[in-house]
Amino acid sequence: MKTFKTTWRNIRRSPYQAFAAVFVMTLTFLFISFFTFLLYGSSKAINYFESRPQVTAFFKNEVKKENINSLKNDLMATNKVANIKFVSKEDALKIYREQNKDDPLLLELVTADILPASLEISTTKLEDLSAINNMLKDSPLVSEVVFQKDVVSVLTSWTNALRSIGLGLIVVLSLVSIFVMVIIIGVKISQKKQDIEIMRLIGASGWYIRWPFIFEGIFYGVTGAVLGWLISTSALWYATPFLSSFLKGIPIFPLPLVFLLGLLGTEMLVAIILGTLASFLAVLRYLK
Amino acid sequence: MIKLSKISKQFRTGVFALENISFDVEKGEFLFLVGPTGSGKTTIFRLLTREYLPTAGEIAVDNWDILKLPSNKIPHLRKKIGVVFQDLKLLMDRTIFENIILPLEVSGIKTEEAKKIVDAIMERVGIVSHKDKFPIQLSGGELQRAVIARALILDPDILLADEPTGNLDSATAMEIVKLLSEINKKGTTIMMASHNEDIVKTLSKRVIALNKGQLVKDTGGRKKDSAKQSLKETVSQSSPKSDIIEKEKNKNATEGPGLKEEDEDF
Repeated sequence: MKTFKTTWRNIRRSPYQAFAAVFVMTLTFLFISFFTFLLYGSSKAINYFESRPQVTAFFKNEVKKENINSLKNDLMATNKVANIKFVSKEDALKIYREQNKDDPLLLELVTADILPASLEISTTKLEDLSAINNMLKDSPLVSEVVFQKDVVSVLTSWTNALRSIGLGLIVVLSLVSIFVMVIIIGVKISQKKQDIEIMRLIGASGWYIRWPFIFEGIFYGVTGAVLGWLISTSALWYATPFLSSFLKGIPIFPLPLVFLLGLLGTEMLVAIILGTLASFLAVLRYLK
Repeated sequence: MIKLSKISKQFRTGVFALENISFDVEKGEFLFLVGPTGSGKTTIFRLLTREYLPTAGEIAVDNWDILKLPSNKIPHLRKKIGVVFQDLKLLMDRTIFENIILPLEVSGIKTEEAKKIVDAIMERVGIVSHKDKFPIQLSGGELQRAVIARALILDPDILLADEPTGNLDSATAMEIVKLLSEINKKGTTIMMASHNEDIVKTLSKRVIALNKGQLVKDTGGRKKDSAKQSLKETVSQSSPKSDIIEKEKNKNATEGPGLKEEDEDF
Protein backbone atom coordinates (compact mmCIF):
# COMPACT_ATOMS: atom_id res chain seq x y z
CA MET A 1 0.00 0.00 0.00
CA LYS A 2 2.84 2.34 0.98
CA THR A 3 4.56 1.51 -2.32
CA PHE A 4 1.45 2.63 -4.24
CA LYS A 5 1.33 5.87 -2.24
CA THR A 6 4.99 6.56 -3.04
CA THR A 7 4.34 5.73 -6.71
CA TRP A 8 1.39 8.14 -6.82
CA ARG A 9 3.41 10.89 -5.11
CA ASN A 10 6.24 10.43 -7.65
CA ILE A 11 3.74 10.76 -10.51
CA ARG A 12 1.92 13.74 -8.99
CA ARG A 13 5.08 15.70 -8.27
CA SER A 14 6.35 15.61 -11.86
CA PRO A 15 3.19 15.99 -13.96
CA TYR A 16 4.89 16.96 -17.24
CA GLN A 17 7.07 13.86 -17.28
CA ALA A 18 4.03 11.76 -16.40
CA PHE A 19 2.07 13.41 -19.22
CA ALA A 20 4.85 12.70 -21.74
CA ALA A 21 5.01 9.04 -20.70
CA VAL A 22 1.23 8.59 -20.83
CA PHE A 23 1.03 10.44 -24.17
CA VAL A 24 3.56 8.20 -25.92
CA MET A 25 1.86 5.09 -24.50
CA THR A 26 -1.58 6.37 -25.59
CA LEU A 27 -0.24 6.90 -29.10
CA THR A 28 1.12 3.35 -29.23
CA PHE A 29 -2.12 1.79 -28.02
CA LEU A 30 -4.25 4.02 -30.22
CA PHE A 31 -2.38 2.65 -33.20
CA ILE A 32 -2.61 -0.92 -31.90
CA SER A 33 -6.40 -0.52 -31.47
CA PHE A 34 -6.99 0.93 -34.94
CA PHE A 35 -4.80 -1.70 -36.51
CA THR A 36 -6.71 -4.45 -34.68
CA PHE A 37 -10.02 -3.00 -35.92
CA LEU A 38 -8.67 -3.02 -39.46
CA LEU A 39 -7.49 -6.61 -39.24
CA TYR A 40 -10.75 -7.68 -37.62
CA GLY A 41 -12.79 -5.95 -40.34
CA SER A 42 -10.77 -7.37 -43.23
CA SER A 43 -10.84 -10.88 -41.79
CA LYS A 44 -14.64 -10.58 -41.38
CA ALA A 45 -14.92 -9.41 -45.00
CA ILE A 46 -12.83 -12.32 -46.22
CA ASN A 47 -14.99 -14.74 -44.23
CA TYR A 48 -18.08 -13.14 -45.70
CA PHE A 49 -16.86 -13.58 -49.25
CA GLU A 50 -15.51 -17.06 -48.58
CA SER A 51 -18.79 -18.22 -47.11
CA ARG A 52 -20.66 -17.22 -50.23
CA PRO A 53 -19.92 -19.65 -53.08
CA GLN A 54 -21.36 -17.29 -55.67
CA VAL A 55 -20.68 -16.05 -59.13
CA THR A 56 -22.39 -12.99 -60.52
CA ALA A 57 -22.72 -12.64 -64.29
CA PHE A 58 -23.57 -9.22 -65.68
CA PHE A 59 -25.19 -9.22 -69.09
CA LYS A 60 -24.60 -6.97 -72.01
CA ASN A 61 -27.25 -4.27 -72.50
CA GLU A 62 -28.77 -5.65 -75.67
CA VAL A 63 -29.27 -9.20 -74.35
CA LYS A 64 -32.85 -10.39 -74.37
CA LYS A 65 -34.67 -12.12 -71.57
CA GLU A 66 -35.19 -15.33 -73.66
CA ASN A 67 -31.44 -15.68 -74.19
CA ILE A 68 -30.84 -15.24 -70.49
CA ASN A 69 -33.46 -17.91 -69.69
CA SER A 70 -31.77 -20.24 -72.12
CA LEU A 71 -28.44 -19.74 -70.41
CA LYS A 72 -30.16 -20.23 -67.06
CA ASN A 73 -31.53 -23.58 -68.23
CA ASP A 74 -28.10 -24.64 -69.47
CA LEU A 75 -26.64 -23.83 -66.06
CA MET A 76 -29.38 -25.75 -64.25
CA ALA A 77 -28.70 -28.75 -66.47
CA THR A 78 -25.17 -29.07 -65.11
CA ASN A 79 -26.65 -30.13 -61.73
CA LYS A 80 -23.98 -28.06 -60.01
CA VAL A 81 -26.14 -25.07 -59.27
CA ALA A 82 -27.81 -24.76 -55.88
CA ASN A 83 -29.61 -21.53 -56.53
CA ILE A 84 -29.95 -19.15 -59.39
CA LYS A 85 -31.50 -15.73 -59.26
CA PHE A 86 -32.21 -13.35 -62.10
CA VAL A 87 -31.84 -9.68 -61.27
CA SER A 88 -33.43 -7.50 -63.96
CA LYS A 89 -32.41 -3.93 -64.75
CA GLU A 90 -35.41 -2.75 -62.72
CA ASP A 91 -34.49 -5.00 -59.79
CA ALA A 92 -30.96 -3.66 -59.95
CA LEU A 93 -32.31 -0.12 -59.82
CA LYS A 94 -34.43 -1.00 -56.79
CA ILE A 95 -31.42 -2.44 -55.01
CA TYR A 96 -29.37 0.60 -55.96
CA ARG A 97 -32.10 2.95 -54.69
CA GLU A 98 -32.37 1.04 -51.44
CA GLN A 99 -28.60 1.18 -50.91
CA ASN A 100 -28.42 4.90 -51.67
CA LYS A 101 -31.70 6.10 -50.25
CA ASP A 102 -29.92 8.75 -48.18
CA ASP A 103 -28.14 10.29 -51.15
CA PRO A 104 -30.63 12.00 -53.52
CA LEU A 105 -27.85 13.12 -55.87
CA LEU A 106 -26.83 9.53 -56.59
CA LEU A 107 -30.47 8.55 -57.04
CA GLU A 108 -31.08 11.26 -59.62
CA LEU A 109 -28.12 10.33 -61.74
CA VAL A 110 -28.93 6.66 -62.21
CA THR A 111 -31.67 5.06 -64.30
CA ALA A 112 -32.48 1.41 -65.01
CA ASP A 113 -30.87 1.69 -68.46
CA ILE A 114 -27.34 2.03 -67.20
CA LEU A 115 -27.60 -0.82 -64.70
CA PRO A 116 -26.94 -4.28 -66.16
CA ALA A 117 -29.20 -7.27 -65.62
CA SER A 118 -27.46 -10.10 -63.84
CA LEU A 119 -27.62 -13.71 -62.71
CA GLU A 120 -26.50 -14.58 -59.18
CA ILE A 121 -25.51 -18.22 -59.17
CA SER A 122 -24.50 -20.14 -56.07
CA THR A 123 -23.22 -23.71 -56.15
CA THR A 124 -23.63 -26.49 -53.62
CA LYS A 125 -19.91 -27.16 -53.66
CA LEU A 126 -17.21 -24.50 -53.57
CA GLU A 127 -15.07 -26.34 -56.13
CA ASP A 128 -17.89 -26.22 -58.76
CA LEU A 129 -17.64 -22.42 -58.85
CA SER A 130 -14.71 -22.49 -61.28
CA ALA A 131 -16.61 -24.59 -63.82
CA ILE A 132 -19.63 -22.27 -63.66
CA ASN A 133 -17.34 -19.27 -63.89
CA ASN A 134 -15.71 -20.64 -67.07
CA MET A 135 -19.05 -21.45 -68.59
CA LEU A 136 -20.29 -17.90 -68.02
CA LYS A 137 -17.11 -16.33 -69.31
CA ASP A 138 -17.45 -18.32 -72.56
CA SER A 139 -21.00 -17.10 -73.10
CA PRO A 140 -21.32 -14.23 -75.63
CA LEU A 141 -24.19 -12.76 -73.57
CA VAL A 142 -22.06 -12.00 -70.55
CA SER A 143 -20.07 -8.79 -70.28
CA GLU A 144 -18.48 -9.42 -66.90
CA VAL A 145 -18.24 -12.18 -64.31
CA VAL A 146 -17.53 -11.38 -60.68
CA PHE A 147 -16.01 -14.41 -59.11
CA GLN A 148 -15.75 -14.21 -55.29
CA LYS A 149 -12.51 -16.20 -55.32
CA ASP A 150 -10.77 -13.24 -56.96
CA VAL A 151 -12.22 -10.84 -54.40
CA VAL A 152 -11.05 -13.10 -51.60
CA SER A 153 -7.53 -13.44 -52.98
CA VAL A 154 -7.20 -9.68 -53.53
CA LEU A 155 -8.53 -8.99 -50.05
CA THR A 156 -6.25 -11.62 -48.52
CA SER A 157 -3.14 -10.19 -50.14
CA TRP A 158 -4.11 -6.68 -48.97
CA THR A 159 -4.72 -7.94 -45.45
CA ASN A 160 -1.38 -9.74 -45.37
CA ALA A 161 0.41 -6.60 -46.54
CA LEU A 162 -1.44 -4.53 -43.94
CA ARG A 163 -0.61 -7.04 -41.22
CA SER A 164 3.13 -6.88 -42.02
CA ILE A 165 3.20 -3.07 -42.15
CA GLY A 166 1.06 -2.76 -39.03
CA LEU A 167 3.10 -5.23 -37.01
CA GLY A 168 6.29 -3.45 -38.05
CA LEU A 169 4.86 -0.11 -36.95
CA ILE A 170 3.64 -1.59 -33.66
CA VAL A 171 7.12 -2.94 -32.93
CA VAL A 172 8.70 0.46 -33.74
CA LEU A 173 6.13 2.36 -31.63
CA SER A 174 6.54 -0.07 -28.73
CA LEU A 175 10.31 0.36 -28.84
CA VAL A 176 9.93 4.15 -28.94
CA SER A 177 7.59 4.08 -25.95
CA ILE A 178 9.96 1.80 -24.03
CA PHE A 179 12.89 4.16 -24.69
CA VAL A 180 10.87 7.24 -23.75
CA MET A 181 9.77 5.56 -20.51
CA VAL A 182 13.32 4.45 -19.69
CA ILE A 183 14.47 8.05 -20.13
CA ILE A 184 11.61 9.51 -18.06
CA ILE A 185 11.98 7.03 -15.20
CA GLY A 186 15.76 7.41 -15.42
CA VAL A 187 15.43 11.17 -15.01
CA LYS A 188 13.15 10.62 -12.02
CA ILE A 189 15.66 8.26 -10.43
CA SER A 190 18.43 10.81 -10.99
CA GLN A 191 16.29 13.55 -9.44
CA LYS A 192 15.70 11.38 -6.40
CA LYS A 193 19.29 10.24 -6.05
CA GLN A 194 19.68 11.92 -2.67
CA ASP A 195 16.40 10.52 -1.36
CA ILE A 196 17.39 7.05 -2.54
CA GLU A 197 20.76 7.35 -0.82
CA ILE A 198 19.06 8.39 2.43
CA MET A 199 16.60 5.52 2.20
CA ARG A 200 19.44 3.06 1.68
CA LEU A 201 21.32 4.46 4.66
CA ILE A 202 18.35 4.04 6.96
CA GLY A 203 17.97 0.41 5.98
CA ALA A 204 15.70 0.32 2.92
CA SER A 205 16.18 -2.79 0.83
CA GLY A 206 16.88 -2.51 -2.89
CA TRP A 207 13.39 -3.66 -3.82
CA TYR A 208 11.73 -1.22 -1.39
CA ILE A 209 13.36 1.53 -3.47
CA ARG A 210 12.79 -0.12 -6.85
CA TRP A 211 9.09 -1.08 -6.59
CA PRO A 212 7.64 2.47 -6.79
CA PHE A 213 9.54 3.04 -10.06
CA ILE A 214 8.37 -0.30 -11.48
CA PHE A 215 4.76 0.54 -10.54
CA GLU A 216 5.19 3.96 -12.09
CA GLY A 217 6.09 2.32 -15.42
CA ILE A 218 3.08 0.00 -15.15
CA PHE A 219 0.84 2.98 -14.34
CA TYR A 220 1.97 4.87 -17.45
CA GLY A 221 1.49 1.76 -19.59
CA VAL A 222 -1.98 0.91 -18.29
CA THR A 223 -3.19 4.54 -18.40
CA GLY A 224 -1.92 4.82 -22.00
CA ALA A 225 -3.64 1.55 -22.93
CA VAL A 226 -6.99 2.58 -21.43
CA LEU A 227 -6.85 6.04 -23.04
CA GLY A 228 -5.80 4.61 -26.42
CA TRP A 229 -8.62 2.06 -26.28
CA LEU A 230 -11.19 4.67 -25.22
CA ILE A 231 -10.24 7.09 -27.99
CA SER A 232 -10.16 4.41 -30.70
CA THR A 233 -13.41 2.78 -29.57
CA SER A 234 -15.17 6.15 -29.39
CA ALA A 235 -13.88 7.03 -32.87
CA LEU A 236 -15.08 3.68 -34.22
CA TRP A 237 -18.47 4.10 -32.56
CA TYR A 238 -18.75 7.57 -34.08
CA ALA A 239 -17.76 6.31 -37.55
CA THR A 240 -19.90 3.14 -37.48
CA PRO A 241 -22.90 4.59 -39.43
CA PHE A 242 -20.63 5.87 -42.19
CA LEU A 243 -18.56 2.66 -42.35
CA SER A 244 -21.70 0.47 -42.36
CA SER A 245 -23.09 2.26 -45.38
CA PHE A 246 -19.70 2.22 -47.10
CA LEU A 247 -19.29 -1.56 -46.64
CA LYS A 248 -22.80 -2.41 -47.75
CA GLY A 249 -23.92 -5.91 -47.02
CA ILE A 250 -20.72 -7.03 -45.27
CA PRO A 251 -21.73 -7.70 -41.65
CA ILE A 252 -18.81 -6.17 -39.72
CA PHE A 253 -20.50 -3.47 -37.65
CA PRO A 254 -21.19 -2.98 -34.86
CA LEU A 255 -18.14 -4.71 -33.42
CA PRO A 256 -19.15 -7.14 -30.66
CA LEU A 257 -18.70 -5.87 -27.08
CA VAL A 258 -16.87 -9.08 -26.13
CA PHE A 259 -14.32 -8.39 -28.84
CA LEU A 260 -13.82 -4.79 -27.64
CA LEU A 261 -13.45 -5.86 -24.00
CA GLY A 262 -11.08 -8.63 -25.05
CA LEU A 263 -9.02 -6.03 -26.89
CA LEU A 264 -8.94 -3.82 -23.78
CA GLY A 265 -7.83 -6.75 -21.62
CA THR A 266 -5.09 -7.75 -24.06
CA GLU A 267 -3.89 -4.15 -24.38
CA MET A 268 -3.72 -3.79 -20.61
CA LEU A 269 -1.68 -6.97 -20.39
CA VAL A 270 0.68 -5.71 -23.11
CA ALA A 271 0.83 -2.35 -21.27
CA ILE A 272 1.84 -4.05 -18.02
CA ILE A 273 4.56 -5.98 -19.86
CA LEU A 274 5.82 -2.84 -21.67
CA GLY A 275 5.68 -0.70 -18.50
CA THR A 276 7.43 -3.31 -16.38
CA LEU A 277 10.09 -3.88 -19.01
CA ALA A 278 10.77 -0.14 -19.44
CA SER A 279 10.91 0.65 -15.73
CA PHE A 280 12.98 -2.45 -15.05
CA LEU A 281 15.50 -1.36 -17.68
CA ALA A 282 15.58 2.14 -16.13
CA VAL A 283 16.06 0.72 -12.64
CA LEU A 284 18.85 -1.57 -13.83
CA ARG A 285 20.49 1.30 -15.66
CA TYR A 286 20.17 4.06 -13.07
CA LEU A 287 19.80 2.28 -9.70
CA LYS A 288 22.95 0.27 -9.36
CA MET B 1 29.58 -4.65 20.67
CA ILE B 2 31.88 -3.04 18.10
CA LYS B 3 35.33 -4.32 17.26
CA LEU B 4 37.72 -2.76 14.77
CA SER B 5 40.93 -4.68 14.15
CA LYS B 6 43.79 -3.16 12.17
CA ILE B 7 41.44 -1.27 9.91
CA SER B 8 42.84 0.66 6.96
CA LYS B 9 40.92 2.48 4.30
CA GLN B 10 42.66 3.73 1.20
CA PHE B 11 40.73 5.64 -1.45
CA ARG B 12 41.31 5.24 -5.18
CA THR B 13 43.31 8.43 -5.16
CA GLY B 14 45.84 6.64 -2.99
CA VAL B 15 45.01 8.70 0.10
CA PHE B 16 44.68 6.77 3.34
CA ALA B 17 41.56 7.83 5.25
CA LEU B 18 42.40 5.39 8.05
CA GLU B 19 45.56 3.49 8.83
CA ASN B 20 45.79 0.50 11.11
CA ILE B 21 43.03 1.50 13.49
CA SER B 22 42.02 -0.89 16.27
CA PHE B 23 39.61 -0.38 19.15
CA ASP B 24 36.66 -2.04 20.83
CA VAL B 25 33.46 -0.46 22.04
CA GLU B 26 31.53 -2.20 24.77
CA LYS B 27 27.77 -2.48 24.95
CA GLY B 28 26.21 0.59 26.55
CA GLU B 29 29.35 2.68 26.21
CA PHE B 30 29.42 6.39 25.29
CA LEU B 31 32.43 7.18 23.16
CA PHE B 32 33.68 10.41 21.64
CA LEU B 33 35.58 10.38 18.37
CA VAL B 34 37.58 13.57 18.09
CA GLY B 35 39.97 14.89 15.52
CA PRO B 36 40.31 17.63 12.94
CA THR B 37 38.43 17.60 9.64
CA GLY B 38 39.70 14.77 7.43
CA SER B 39 41.01 12.77 10.37
CA GLY B 40 38.77 9.78 9.54
CA LYS B 41 35.87 10.10 12.00
CA THR B 42 33.13 9.92 9.38
CA THR B 43 35.00 7.15 7.54
CA ILE B 44 34.78 5.00 10.68
CA PHE B 45 31.02 5.56 10.78
CA ARG B 46 30.74 4.71 7.10
CA LEU B 47 32.70 1.51 7.62
CA LEU B 48 30.42 0.52 10.49
CA THR B 49 27.32 0.96 8.32
CA ARG B 50 28.96 -0.80 5.35
CA GLU B 51 28.83 2.30 3.18
CA TYR B 52 32.53 1.62 2.67
CA LEU B 53 34.52 -1.55 2.83
CA PRO B 54 37.95 -1.35 4.47
CA THR B 55 41.09 -1.93 2.43
CA ALA B 56 42.46 -4.07 5.25
CA GLY B 57 41.40 -5.28 8.67
CA GLU B 58 38.28 -6.67 10.27
CA ILE B 59 35.12 -5.11 11.65
CA ALA B 60 32.58 -6.82 13.85
CA VAL B 61 29.32 -5.25 14.96
CA ASP B 62 27.38 -7.28 17.50
CA ASN B 63 29.15 -10.47 16.31
CA TRP B 64 28.38 -9.71 12.65
CA ASP B 65 31.43 -9.80 10.44
CA ILE B 66 30.84 -6.64 8.42
CA LEU B 67 33.21 -7.66 5.63
CA LYS B 68 31.50 -10.98 5.04
CA LEU B 69 27.99 -9.57 5.36
CA PRO B 70 26.01 -10.42 2.20
CA SER B 71 24.46 -7.45 0.36
CA ASN B 72 20.91 -8.49 1.24
CA LYS B 73 21.79 -8.31 4.95
CA ILE B 74 23.07 -4.73 4.79
CA PRO B 75 19.57 -3.25 5.35
CA HIS B 76 19.34 -5.39 8.53
CA LEU B 77 22.66 -4.02 9.75
CA ARG B 78 21.54 -0.46 9.06
CA LYS B 79 18.35 -0.97 11.04
CA LYS B 80 20.51 -2.10 13.97
CA ILE B 81 22.61 1.07 13.84
CA GLY B 82 20.94 4.45 14.11
CA VAL B 83 22.90 7.25 12.46
CA VAL B 84 22.73 11.00 13.06
CA PHE B 85 24.33 12.22 9.87
CA GLN B 86 26.58 15.27 9.81
CA ASP B 87 24.56 16.71 6.91
CA LEU B 88 21.29 15.52 8.54
CA LYS B 89 20.08 13.73 5.38
CA LEU B 90 16.45 14.71 5.87
CA LEU B 91 14.07 14.46 2.93
CA MET B 92 13.21 18.09 2.31
CA ASP B 93 9.92 17.39 0.56
CA ARG B 94 8.54 15.41 3.49
CA THR B 95 7.32 16.64 6.84
CA ILE B 96 9.24 15.94 10.03
CA PHE B 97 6.70 13.24 10.87
CA GLU B 98 7.14 11.64 7.43
CA ASN B 99 10.91 11.75 7.81
CA ILE B 100 10.86 10.11 11.21
CA ILE B 101 8.37 7.41 10.23
CA LEU B 102 10.46 6.42 7.19
CA PRO B 103 12.65 3.75 8.89
CA LEU B 104 9.47 2.14 10.25
CA GLU B 105 7.90 2.12 6.80
CA VAL B 106 11.07 0.64 5.36
CA SER B 107 10.85 -2.09 8.01
CA GLY B 108 7.26 -2.88 7.03
CA ILE B 109 5.68 -1.87 10.34
CA LYS B 110 1.93 -1.17 10.10
CA THR B 111 1.07 2.50 9.75
CA GLU B 112 -1.11 2.72 12.87
CA GLU B 113 1.54 1.13 15.05
CA ALA B 114 4.25 3.22 13.39
CA LYS B 115 2.36 6.45 14.09
CA LYS B 116 2.22 5.63 17.80
CA ILE B 117 5.96 4.92 17.89
CA VAL B 118 6.70 8.21 16.07
CA ASP B 119 4.49 10.19 18.45
CA ALA B 120 6.31 8.64 21.41
CA ILE B 121 9.78 9.36 20.04
CA MET B 122 8.85 12.94 19.09
CA GLU B 123 7.64 13.45 22.62
CA ARG B 124 10.92 12.02 23.91
CA VAL B 125 13.11 14.36 21.85
CA GLY B 126 10.77 17.31 22.33
CA ILE B 127 9.59 18.15 18.80
CA VAL B 128 5.92 17.16 18.93
CA SER B 129 4.80 20.66 17.99
CA HIS B 130 6.84 20.47 14.76
CA LYS B 131 5.27 17.24 13.57
CA ASP B 132 3.69 18.61 10.40
CA LYS B 133 6.38 21.13 9.53
CA PHE B 134 8.88 20.72 6.73
CA PRO B 135 12.63 20.62 7.53
CA ILE B 136 13.11 24.10 6.08
CA GLN B 137 10.76 25.50 8.75
CA LEU B 138 12.85 24.21 11.70
CA SER B 139 15.88 25.63 13.53
CA GLY B 140 19.23 23.84 13.67
CA GLY B 141 18.60 22.36 17.10
CA GLU B 142 15.12 21.19 16.17
CA LEU B 143 16.47 19.56 13.03
CA GLN B 144 19.11 17.73 15.08
CA ARG B 145 16.39 16.48 17.40
CA ALA B 146 14.38 15.30 14.39
CA VAL B 147 17.41 13.43 13.04
CA ILE B 148 18.06 11.88 16.45
CA ALA B 149 14.40 10.83 16.58
CA ARG B 150 14.73 9.19 13.17
CA ALA B 151 17.95 7.45 14.23
CA LEU B 152 16.26 6.11 17.38
CA ILE B 153 12.92 5.13 15.87
CA LEU B 154 13.90 1.48 15.33
CA ASP B 155 15.32 1.28 18.85
CA PRO B 156 18.84 0.52 17.62
CA ASP B 157 21.54 -1.04 19.78
CA ILE B 158 24.08 1.45 18.48
CA LEU B 159 23.76 5.16 17.73
CA LEU B 160 26.40 6.88 15.61
CA ALA B 161 26.21 10.66 15.88
CA ASP B 162 28.39 12.49 13.39
CA GLU B 163 28.98 16.05 14.61
CA PRO B 164 25.43 16.43 15.94
CA THR B 165 26.32 19.72 17.59
CA GLY B 166 28.44 21.06 14.75
CA ASN B 167 26.25 23.98 13.72
CA LEU B 168 24.57 24.69 17.03
CA ASP B 169 25.07 27.34 19.68
CA SER B 170 26.54 26.08 22.92
CA ALA B 171 23.27 26.00 24.85
CA THR B 172 21.45 24.00 22.16
CA ALA B 173 24.50 21.77 21.73
CA MET B 174 24.41 20.96 25.43
CA GLU B 175 20.72 20.11 25.19
CA ILE B 176 21.43 17.68 22.35
CA VAL B 177 24.27 16.05 24.30
CA LYS B 178 22.03 15.77 27.34
CA LEU B 179 19.48 14.02 25.18
CA LEU B 180 22.13 11.63 23.82
CA SER B 181 23.33 11.01 27.36
CA GLU B 182 19.81 10.07 28.45
CA ILE B 183 19.54 7.71 25.50
CA ASN B 184 22.85 6.15 26.48
CA LYS B 185 21.62 5.63 30.05
CA LYS B 186 18.81 3.49 28.66
CA GLY B 187 21.40 1.11 27.21
CA THR B 188 22.12 2.37 23.70
CA THR B 189 25.78 2.32 22.74
CA ILE B 190 26.72 5.75 21.42
CA MET B 191 29.65 6.86 19.29
CA MET B 192 29.72 10.59 18.81
CA ALA B 193 32.09 12.50 16.57
CA SER B 194 32.67 15.99 17.88
CA HIS B 195 34.83 19.08 17.69
CA ASN B 196 33.28 20.66 20.74
CA GLU B 197 35.75 20.31 23.57
CA ASP B 198 33.34 21.77 26.13
CA ILE B 199 30.96 18.89 25.53
CA VAL B 200 33.72 16.30 25.59
CA LYS B 201 35.02 17.74 28.87
CA THR B 202 31.60 18.03 30.46
CA LEU B 203 30.67 14.43 29.91
CA SER B 204 34.06 12.92 30.80
CA LYS B 205 33.52 9.87 28.65
CA ARG B 206 36.01 7.77 26.73
CA VAL B 207 37.68 9.69 23.93
CA ILE B 208 39.37 8.34 20.83
CA ALA B 209 41.41 10.94 19.01
CA LEU B 210 42.25 10.62 15.34
CA ASN B 211 44.65 12.59 13.23
CA LYS B 212 45.27 12.06 9.51
CA GLY B 213 43.68 8.64 9.67
CA GLN B 214 45.68 7.41 12.64
CA LEU B 215 44.56 6.70 16.16
CA VAL B 216 46.59 9.06 18.29
CA LYS B 217 44.91 8.68 21.65
CA ASP B 218 42.39 6.43 23.38
CA THR B 219 41.47 7.28 26.93
CA GLY B 220 40.36 3.67 27.19
CA GLY B 221 37.26 1.63 27.87
CA ARG B 222 34.82 2.78 30.51
CA LYS B 223 37.49 4.30 32.69
CA LYS B 224 35.87 7.60 32.07
CA ASP B 225 37.53 9.51 34.86
CA SER B 226 41.07 8.49 33.96
CA ALA B 227 43.70 10.72 32.54
CA LYS B 228 41.76 13.96 32.64
CA GLN B 229 44.80 15.94 31.69
CA SER B 230 45.45 13.69 28.72
CA LEU B 231 41.85 14.15 27.63
CA LYS B 232 42.13 17.87 27.85
CA GLU B 233 45.20 17.81 25.64
CA THR B 234 43.57 15.48 23.13
CA VAL B 235 40.48 17.59 22.78
CA SER B 236 42.41 20.78 22.55
CA GLN B 237 44.61 19.47 19.77
CA SER B 238 41.71 18.12 17.74
CA SER B 239 39.75 21.36 17.93
CA PRO B 240 41.82 24.00 16.24
CA LYS B 241 39.07 26.60 16.25
CA SER B 242 37.96 26.07 19.82
CA ASP B 243 37.84 28.65 22.55
CA ILE B 244 40.75 26.89 24.22
CA ILE B 245 42.85 27.40 21.13
CA GLU B 246 41.90 31.02 21.06
CA LYS B 247 42.90 31.29 24.69
CA GLU B 248 46.14 29.47 23.98
CA LYS B 249 46.84 31.76 21.05
CA ASN B 250 46.32 34.78 23.24
CA LYS B 251 48.55 33.16 25.81
CA ASN B 252 51.21 32.48 23.17
CA ALA B 253 51.10 36.04 22.11
CA THR B 254 52.12 37.10 25.58
CA GLU B 255 54.04 34.09 26.96
CA GLY B 256 55.51 32.41 23.87
CA PRO B 257 54.63 29.10 22.15
CA GLY B 258 52.63 26.58 24.21
CA LEU B 259 50.12 24.78 22.08
CA LYS B 260 52.49 24.47 19.15
CA GLU B 261 54.68 22.16 21.16
CA GLU B 262 51.68 20.01 22.06
CA ASP B 263 50.77 19.88 18.37
CA GLU B 264 54.18 18.48 17.58
CA ASP B 265 53.57 15.70 20.10
CA PHE B 266 50.75 14.55 17.82
